[in-house]
Amino acid sequence: MSGSAPGEPRRLRLAVHKFASCDGCQLQILNLEDELLWLSRRIEIAYFLEWSSRSLEGPYDLALVEGSITTPRDAERIRQVREQTRTLITIGACATAGGIQALRNWADVEEWKRQVYPEPRWLEVLPTSTPISAHVRVDDEIHGCPVNKEQVLRVIVRALLGTRPDLPSHSVCLECKRQGHVCVVVARGLPCMGPVTRAGCGALCPGLARDCYACFGPCDDPNPEALAARFQDLGLGAADRV
Amino acid sequence: MTGAKPAPAQFLARADLQRLLEALRARGYRVMGPVPRDGAVVFDEVRSVDELPRGLREAQEPGRYRLEPNGRDTVFDVVNGPGSLKPYVFAPREKLLQVEPEGRSFRAQELHPDAPKLAVIGVRACDLAALSVQDRIFLEGRYPDSYYAARRRQLFLVAVNCTRSASTCFCVSMATGPEATQGFDLALTEQEWGFLVRAGSALGREVQQALPLTPAPEAALARERTSLETCAATMQRKLETADLPEVLYRNLEHPRWHDVGSRCLSCGNCTMVCPTCFCHDEKDEPLLGEPDEAGVRSVRVREWDSCFNREHAQVYGLNYRPKIEDRYRQWLVHKLASWIDQFGTSGCVGCGRCITWCPVGIDLTEEMRALREPGA
Amino acid sequence: MTVRSPLLPEPAEIVEKRSYGPSIHAYRLRLLAADARPRFDFVPGQFNMVYVPGVGEVAISISSDPEEEMLEHTIRIVGRTTRVIDGLGPGDVLGLRGPYGTGWPLQEARWKDVVVVTGGLGCAPVTGAIDYMFRRRANYGRLTIVHGVKKPSDLIHRERFEYWRRQEDARVLLTTDEPDRAWRDRSGVVTELFDEIEFDPSRTVLLMCGPEIMMHYAIQNLRGRGLASDRIFLSIERNMKCAVGLCGHCQLGPEFVCKDGPIFRLTRVERLLFTRGL
Repeated sequence: MSGSAPGEPRRLRLAVHKFASCDGCQLQILNLEDELLWLSRRIEIAYFLEWSSRSLEGPYDLALVEGSITTPRDAERIRQVREQTRTLITIGACATAGGIQALRNWADVEEWKRQVYPEPRWLEVLPTSTPISAHVRVDDEIHGCPVNKEQVLRVIVRALLGTRPDLPSHSVCLECKRQGHVCVVVARGLPCMGPVTRAGCGALCPGLARDCYACFGPCDDPNPEALAARFQDLGLGAADRV
Repeated sequence: MTGAKPAPAQFLARADLQRLLEALRARGYRVMGPVPRDGAVVFDEVRSVDELPRGLREAQEPGRYRLEPNGRDTVFDVVNGPGSLKPYVFAPREKLLQVEPEGRSFRAQELHPDAPKLAVIGVRACDLAALSVQDRIFLEGRYPDSYYAARRRQLFLVAVNCTRSASTCFCVSMATGPEATQGFDLALTEQEWGFLVRAGSALGREVQQALPLTPAPEAALARERTSLETCAATMQRKLETADLPEVLYRNLEHPRWHDVGSRCLSCGNCTMVCPTCFCHDEKDEPLLGEPDEAGVRSVRVREWDSCFNREHAQVYGLNYRPKIEDRYRQWLVHKLASWIDQFGTSGCVGCGRCITWCPVGIDLTEEMRALREPGA
Repeated sequence: MTVRSPLLPEPAEIVEKRSYGPSIHAYRLRLLAADARPRFDFVPGQFNMVYVPGVGEVAISISSDPEEEMLEHTIRIVGRTTRVIDGLGPGDVLGLRGPYGTGWPLQEARWKDVVVVTGGLGCAPVTGAIDYMFRRRANYGRLTIVHGVKKPSDLIHRERFEYWRRQEDARVLLTTDEPDRAWRDRSGVVTELFDEIEFDPSRTVLLMCGPEIMMHYAIQNLRGRGLASDRIFLSIERNMKCAVGLCGHCQLGPEFVCKDGPIFRLTRVERLLFTRGL
């Protein structure tokens, strides 16, 4: 069942699962066009509906999981995924933190259902959107909205070597300044979230003289209060801050 | 480069500055200089003097930097920007070794850096001082760093004396400026009609001979003295150094650390712009590409790290500097105190970059003042 | 050509792997290059950077005897890199560079009594030194070894402690915080044993390795009973990445623990050692 030619080492069985999400992180995997060609000699894409409707039964060596848990059915499905998977890595802000749909966690979902749907009684949803790690054991997380495709590639190659990824947990500022970008807070007075945001995007926005808006979530041990105070000095009102 | 006494000054007309760029290029140098980019002046390649920040100066204060017109025809009136010489010698990211499987074993080989001849124009006295601090770290220890050394050998440095200071400068306190006195190949002082030029090395004299120089008029030399003295005398920021390093060792439990820890973002910007900070990480990265038949190759990479990262002091389950205030204290105590014990020199050259480029404007001179006050 | 980069690892084959519980293994390594061993001459207490090709490096003290051909590293499986080492066995190849740092003062301790205080799993850096002294028994006076662990299963090298205990003019005090039925030694924290250490301050050297708080109490106790600060040596742990004093991670005040340590004379580090968060 491994799909390997005789004499070749067994290929790593990869599954990509989707929960409540926009599919953008899965697209990043598909964007690894050239790499997928040579990777396919080392990995077997056993389950990835956005790639192919042909899917193979588990178990899987590595599962990349996109999306958050928002329905009772998904809460059950993620447990099945976990059982079939040796190494489970969540990808993207929905899977690692609950995503934009987690705004409901601070609102009345029943009220929202009534406002949006003519027949809310047919909807079976949980009152919260929660990260995968709230439901099953997660071996590692790749942050980002969407994830950085190079980080995904690193994680896959690491899995081939039998090791865990070594992704940064520090602020965006380090990767911004290593590339010689000029700080947009200091030189332009922009409300850049880089100082409290996890690195990994390659400082994409500050590299284009734009302020970071925190796609990769908080860095290790951030100080958002101090940054908020600074933004206030820059003219951002309380309503602009969360 | 030697510490020999600079030769007497000569005069280069403003219109002839381009000849300096050409003389350097003719000797095989890629020429870098200050250029305006993204709202600041940074070091970048210059082919023409027209790319220099003509008629600009900068306003710096804690957490703020703006370029503004100075109403004159100058090209070196911007004191400094976020960039220093550091990335030209200590690369922000560098591949050190390549490792590949070889049977059951492996083969590791050094990747020698590509180090082209590089001339940097517009280097300030504080930057030269910082370079000599980095030389001590990377070249003069028990394990000299071949990657740093390869680049360092290729540098040609054209200093520019500071005739104005930014509000964040305090080189006078650190005894590193505003005048470049050593460590350069050529030094310039910008005046209305042109530049006073001095050579600081044999190589500098050789380049000097390719320039259309005239003897410097007495009046120009006198004006230069006055402008340098005025620059020093009017420098706004000060840092008391007489009681360093002891004053910091005595105040390791001062309540100010907690206070600054509440304001500090722990983002690491100060360490990135600091021209002497040398912390770096070393890690293996798989080479992302077609793997050869033998297996997957990797490279050992080093990149700038920062003591403001929590991971910096992490050992398995234990973190020796778990709080932001611990990390700020590590940075400041290292920079101003333990650096002296380690390398016989302060880690601070008074360039003020950590003050300007701190997104929340934390000012180490202010923190030092507070640390000298009895704690509440 | 320029000098060999201090960052180049030297291939070394695992010849033997001994496990002390599920997550601690001792690996005996033989350098593959015939001429490499002299470059690895070491003093007990020094460490090597142990390299897993393509994965990373970890700083591990050398636990074998300096006169042996093979190099032994006792490795605790705790992180990314050691988890890969966990899966390796005889025939697999690791990289080594070193030795780095300072060793235990085994010359200075000759003809003296030696007290060794260790705690937790931190005893690995000092077991090599204890073996060294027992193998050269005539060179050392009375040997007292005090070792505390949290749970009995944390006591690795049990057979070594038993062997040392049987030697002449040696005393071994073992304790655990959480004794089980099989435990025959003391119970309680290791600091409670310090009063029982008998020593003559004029002829004793103290070697310590373990949690800083334990070392702090040991210093208070033994110095309070007359032991001079310059006779006290301790092994300090910090984050070590480059091992050559360049990367900055292992600093403790002015010290680069990787090259100025990891073993320090107390007088050198005392001022900063027990400051929280340094």
